[in-house]
This record gives sequence, C-alpha cells and structure tokens, in this order.
Amino acid sequence: MAAEDKRQLERAIDEITEIAKGFGLDFYPMRYEICPADIIYTFGAYGMPTRFSHWSFGKSFHRMKLQYDLGLSKIYELVINSNPCYAFLLDGNTLIQNKLIVAHVLAHCDFFKNNVRFSKTNREMVESMAASAERIRQYEILYGKHEVENFLDAALGIQEHIDPSLVKPQFDYVKEDSDTRNTKGQRKGLYDDLWGLDPEERERREKEEAKKNQPVRFPPRPEKDLLLFIEQYAQGLQDWQQDILTIVRGEMLYFWPQLETKIMNEGWASYWHQRILREMELTERETIEFAKLNAGVVQPSTTSINPYYLGVKMFEYIERKWDNPTEEEQHRLGRKKGEGRKKIFEVRELDSDISFLRNYLTKELVDELDMYVFAKQGNDWTITEKLWEGVRDQLVVSRVNGGFPYLTVENGDYLRNGELYLKHHFEGMELDIKYLERTLPYVHQLWKKTVHLETTIEDRQVLFTHDGKKTHRRFL
Amino acid sequence: MKEPMFIVSQEDWSLHRKGYQDQLRHQEKVKEAIKQNLPDLVSEESIIMSNGRDVVKIPIRSLDEYRFRYNYNKSKQVGQGNGDSKVGDVIARDGDPAAGAGKGSGAGEDPGQDYYEAEISVEELEEMLFSEMELPNLKRKDQNQITVTDIEFNDIRKKGLMGNIDKKRTILEALKRNARAGNPSLKGGISVDDLRYKTWDEVTKPHSNAVVIAMMDTSGSMGIFEKYIARSFFFWMTRFLRTKYEKVEIVFIAHHTEAKEVTEEAFFSKGESGGTICSSAYRKALEIIDSRYSPAVYNIYPFHFSDGDNLTSDNERCVKLVGELMKRSNMFGYGEVNQYNRHSTLMSAYKHVNDPKFKHCIIREKGEVYKALTTFFKKTEEAKA
Repeated sequence: MAAEDKRQLERAIDEITEIAKGFGLDFYPMRYEICPADIIYTFGAYGMPTRFSHWSFGKSFHRMKLQYDLGLSKIYELVINSNPCYAFLLDGNTLIQNKLIVAHVLAHCDFFKNNVRFSKTNREMVESMAASAERIRQYEILYGKHEVENFLDAALGIQEHIDPSLVKPQFDYVKEDSDTRNTKGQRKGLYDDLWGLDPEERERREKEEAKKNQPVRFPPRPEKDLLLFIEQYAQGLQDWQQDILTIVRGEMLYFWPQLETKIMNEGWASYWHQRILREMELTERETIEFAKLNAGVVQPSTTSINPYYLGVKMFEYIERKWDNPTEEEQHRLGRKKGEGRKKIFEVRELDSDISFLRNYLTKELVDELDMYVFAKQGNDWTITEKLWEGVRDQLVVSRVNGGFPYLTVENGDYLRNGELYLKHHFEGMELDIKYLERTLPYVHQLWKKTVHLETTIEDRQVLFTHDGKKTHRRFL
Repeated sequence: MKEPMFIVSQEDWSLHRKGYQDQLRHQEKVKEAIKQNLPDLVSEESIIMSNGRDVVKIPIRSLDEYRFRYNYNKSKQVGQGNGDSKVGDVIARDGDPAAGAGKGSGAGEDPGQDYYEAEISVEELEEMLFSEMELPNLKRKDQNQITVTDIEFNDIRKKGLMGNIDKKRTILEALKRNARAGNPSLKGGISVDDLRYKTWDEVTKPHSNAVVIAMMDTSGSMGIFEKYIARSFFFWMTRFLRTKYEKVEIVFIAHHTEAKEVTEEAFFSKGESGGTICSSAYRKALEIIDSRYSPAVYNIYPFHFSDGDNLTSDNERCVKLVGELMKRSNMFGYGEVNQYNRHSTLMSAYKHVNDPKFKHCIIREKGEVYKALTTFFKKTEEAKA
C-alpha cells in the first residue's frame, strides 16, 4: 500500500472511529493489519492467525483460496475477539471498501466487548493459541507427527461437545471408588444397637442401607462436557494427550459465543456500518460502490438464512417498535417513545441468537421478509410451512447448542466395566448415521474402552456401540 | 500518553506459509488414501474401460472431518423468498440447495456430499502404482545399449537459420512492436529484431522393444469375471512396460484345446467352449517368437491366464514348453483366476518349476489384480533400498 493511500485510510479510520464513538459504540483499541489474500484466507481457515497446524485447516484453506482464485467468493475482512482487537484488511481493497469494513469491524468489536455471552472469553487468545501451537509442535517432535495428528483427529471430532454455560465451569463431583463408599458411615459403636429401638431412627437407617445397595451413578447427573469428562476420567491418557484435549476445549470455549450469536453479531455490525457510512461525506462514486457492496452483504437467500440480512432487519425492527410503542404498550408496559436506540443496545448486551429470535422475530417480520420452512420431499426441496410461529421455532431449533446435536455422558462406568454411555437428546432432528459410525471410533480412541451412543431413528431408540473393531447397532 | 485508539500496519507476510503447509499435508493424506485404495482402483472398471485417457474421480471416504451432526436431508431448514412464496413451491432439486449468498455462508458446511472426491489422472495413478513395481532385470539385452539420435525442436531464438524461421512468432513480435509504437497493425513492417527462429536439441534415446505375449484360456470355464481380471491385468502391465520400453507390442493368443492368434477385441470378448489344453498356447507362442520376435532384439514377456483346469495328461508337456519359453523370454508369468478355490491341475504341476524367471499368482477376487501386479513385478530388496 502506498504511503498516500495509507494516510487516506488512516484519516478515514480516524473519522469512522469518532462517529462510532459518537453513536455510543464501545470497543477495544484497534489494530488494523493490511495483508495479502492468502494470509487472510489462512486466518479464515484457522479462525486465528496463531492456531496450531492440522490438515483439516489446510483443507478449508485450500477450498477458500480456490474460491477466491476463481472469483466465487471473497473475504474482505477478518476480526478477532481480543484486546486490543485485531482486524485484517485485504490488501487491494478500495478505500470505500475499507471504510465499510472498518465501520463493520468496530461494531463487531463493540459486540465482543459488551455481549454477555463473551463475558468469559479469553481476550489474550491470540497469545494463548500461539503458546498452544508451540506446545503441540513440541509434542510432534517428542511423540511423532503421526501420533499427534491421530490424536488431534479424534479430539477435533468431538470438539463441539463441551459445556459453554457461563455459570458452571468445572465438575462438582469426583469419581468414587466402590470400596470407599461401602465403608463410609459403617463404624459401629458399642451401644449402636440401642438405636434400633427407636422406630424413626430404624426407618432412617433402613433407607440409608437401601440407598447404599443401589448402584451409584457416575456421573451423578448427565454430563454435557464430553471433552472434559474424557480428559479427566479416560484411562491411560498421557499428559500431552490431556494437554491437547485441554487446548481443543479451551479454543472451542473461545469460539463458542461466536457460534451462539452469529445472526446478532453480523446484524449488529451491518446495522452500524450502514449508520456510520451515512454520516460520512462520500463522493458520488463512493456512494454507489458502497450501496453495491452493502447490497451484496445483506442479500437474502432462498435456501438458507443470511445472518447479515436477518440480523440487520431485526435490529431495525426492534428500534422501530421501541421508538413508536402502541398505546397499549405505553400504558401496560410503561414504554416511552423514542427509546429504540437504548433498546437495541440492551439487546446486544443481553441476548444470544436463540433468545433474540424467540423474543423479536414476530409475525410482522416473518411476513415482511417472506420467510418459510422447507424440507426435502422426494427429490425436491419444497416449502412446507409459512406460519410465522413455525418459521420462528424452526430457526430457534436450528440454533440450539450452536447448531450441533446435544449429547451427554449418561454413564461413565456402564455395565460396571468402565464403558462410556452417551445419549443424544433427540429434538426432532435425526443424526447423520454415516458420520455417527465414523465418529464413534474417535470417542473409542480417546476413551480406550467400548463406547455407546443412544439416539432416535424413525421414532425408535437405537443404541450404537463401538468396541474398537466394529460398530454395531441395536434397537432398544 | 494515552494508547492510540488504532494502529494501521502492514507487515511482510511472505514467510507465513502455514496455510500452504497444512494444505500440502492434506494433499499428502489424499495421496495416502488413494494408495491405500490402490488394490480397488487397479481393478476399477471406469479406468480399465477408459483407455487410460481420462481423469477419474475417486471417492475417498477417510478424509472427511467426521463429527456428530444432523442428517441434513431429513431436517427442516429456513429460507427467504421474494415476497410471493407459497407452501408447496419447489426451491431446489436434489443434492444440496445452492450455497447461500452473502459472505461467509455461516452455519453449516454444506452437508449432503458425504465423501471427499479426489480427482486423479490415470498418469498420477500409474506413477503411484508403478513406483511399487520393477522390471525383473534378469538378463540385460545388448539392444538396450543401442541408442538412436533424434532431434527435437524445443527452443526459440533471435538468431538462427532462415530455413527454420518461426513465422507465427515473428509476426506476433512485429505486431507487438508496432502496437508499442502506437500503430496496431503490420504497416510498420517487420524488422530484423522481430525475427524468431526455431532451434533444436539433439537427444539420444535408448532403442528398445518389448513384446507381451498375452495368452488366455477361453474355454467354457472362463467366465466374465475371469476375463475381466485378465483384462485389467494386461491393461496395467502394458502401460507399465511402456514406461520402460520405447515400443511395446502385444500379441493375443486365445486357446481352448487349440490356440490361435486373435485381435484384442476378440481376445477379451469372445467366449468359446470346450476343454482345455494349455500346451497348445505355448506352442503357438513359441512359433510366433521364433518367426517374428527374435529374443536378440525383443524383450519378451509371455503371460498366461487360465483357471487352471487343464487336461491332466497335458501338464507335463506344459512344464516342458514353459521351460522352452523361458529360455527365450525375460520372464514367464502364470496367473490363475480361481474364484472358488477349486483344485487346479496346472498349478500342481507348476509347483515344481523352480526358475527365477517363472512367476505365478492366484487371483480370487477383483482386488487381487493389484497383488498379481506386485508379485510379477516385485521390487527386489536392493532396488527398494
């Protein structure tokens, strides 16, 4: 980039930053880095410039780069949730492209900083990931590239199965050995038999006795954090393997809020790049180019939901509604006129996609955006529903658990043989069986004993079992 | 001083090669997967029937990033219309709905495609396959030493012989030069500077010939499967020999109780009936070698495919004639296609042949063509090292 171009860009960023602050956006200090296409695509594929090496990232890098080379798609920008916040701009962007991107990125950063889902994310993740990558490189040297790669394959295969809830970070139970349990509370005093004369006390003791003979559940409650469970309780994991599981889990925890707020985050950023650019003095040519770019970003699709488009429409709708509350809303809910801005800032702080959709995707919006539910019927993908509640609920369902199946560990000592029993909590969507049968061996590779997964296929309970050689299935 | 709100920088990223390195690793894994599938690929019909020209697509299932995910085809999705969508409208047909517009189409990688399809040309496949094979170099023929000198026009220069002028390039240069001068036509004429000449290099090539004598039992007991196996085998073997010799000829001999030389088409498609006398084919082969392919000039590779169901009284003669053939050839290969593991009379006779030139292999299923190839053209230990 020529010095003159850079000066122009810096002037523009200065202006945009001032406008954004004026609007009340609250972001971290920014670091803009201008880099060539292959670097931006590398970051896009890895999710982070400093992340560890794995062939799967190479695969997506190749695919993304190919699409760029063929002119099919283009990433203009990449922003990283960190403090200071890094934003990567594609070398060769025009000034107006960069203006839009800078405005967009500032709103992303505001979202990262203020949305409650991000309240626990590690803002030093760039450095953490660099350190993790370095450790993994060391493990490759010490234990062999293939060994490490195989282990990473397995760990990445179940990386989504963590517990991202904000309130329960660690296990609150430990595995009890059966012998310690049996001896507990069994100390007999000299006159203990006297208690037997007291009927109340006798009843209490009998109950306790009965409880003791029941098989103990381990874990005591179904456990969502499969990755952590394996890390803690799998037999014979080496230190480096545990470390890799910790790394994979930590990185997933970092990315999780982004999965949970895709529609909101992109909607918020698009809402603000539009507002900010409207405040700027653009030339005629710039105005047209901006309009074209913006239209490209928020273009709806017939076969999926464009989060940019839906998000921005919803924020605009909320603002409108709260700016002009109805008589009834003013009266019953005590809403005042003109509080739209305030409301959307509140939404960006407290909601995630699920609550965002459930609370604010109304009949008006679904009709206005002409949204529908479609499904495969024979060879055709056909619209099956247009009722707004159906559309809303389907969208909400697709966002549950970041869009991944909800699995829990039901039993970590199944058949009293240390086998692992997982359960898929069926919510109307069946699992991909082919994938399931290929993923279960990964779980086995980590757990090192027979693993089971219970799910529902065509309204019947099915148990898949992998014993290290083969995967069987049987109806329950 | 307060920290600045923003910094714009541009670094030198040329050393950041991670994406490319991992891409390379992925490609390596694709190759590994193909290698693991070689036995299946070798007998892949689309390749054998393609005459080896095409790029073939190979499904490789081991390269997906497997995870627990929903069955896309059985779940409902949400989309957006132009304002007039109705229940019952078809928005996409089979396969995936087209990828969403806008950047970063988010939520899911496109499911539906459940395996990774690698494209590979037959040449690449050959390269991989042949890297495991080697010609049994039993006796070097003097003819391998004979070389011919050839000329190849492979360079363009500004000076040269007028007879070798490259008219097209010369005109092109003239056009360019005129265009640079702001005159996009040939009006400015051709100057000396525009002239381009072709020049040549002398190359020496070893002059070598090989002939494959493909013999096959076409008696009633040889079915479609047996013929397909023989066909795949000869397909790869001919290609392999072509990488080693300048010219490879194939002679097809079909036999039941009698042998005759046939065309390739007849060899693989025509079925005949009747009993089996293998020695007839060997006698025919000897006849052809003696009349047309002098062992002094040709590297001779007789290969015989049969189901092993030979007339018992003929076996002794076979062993004797195979001995004769081996004297004239580089090696002799016998492939037995024995799907059902029957007792083979011929094999029991060949068991006692003890000659490094004699190689045999039993093929029971499609995947074993690969095994046969690697048995016949096995890399010797020193070659591997």
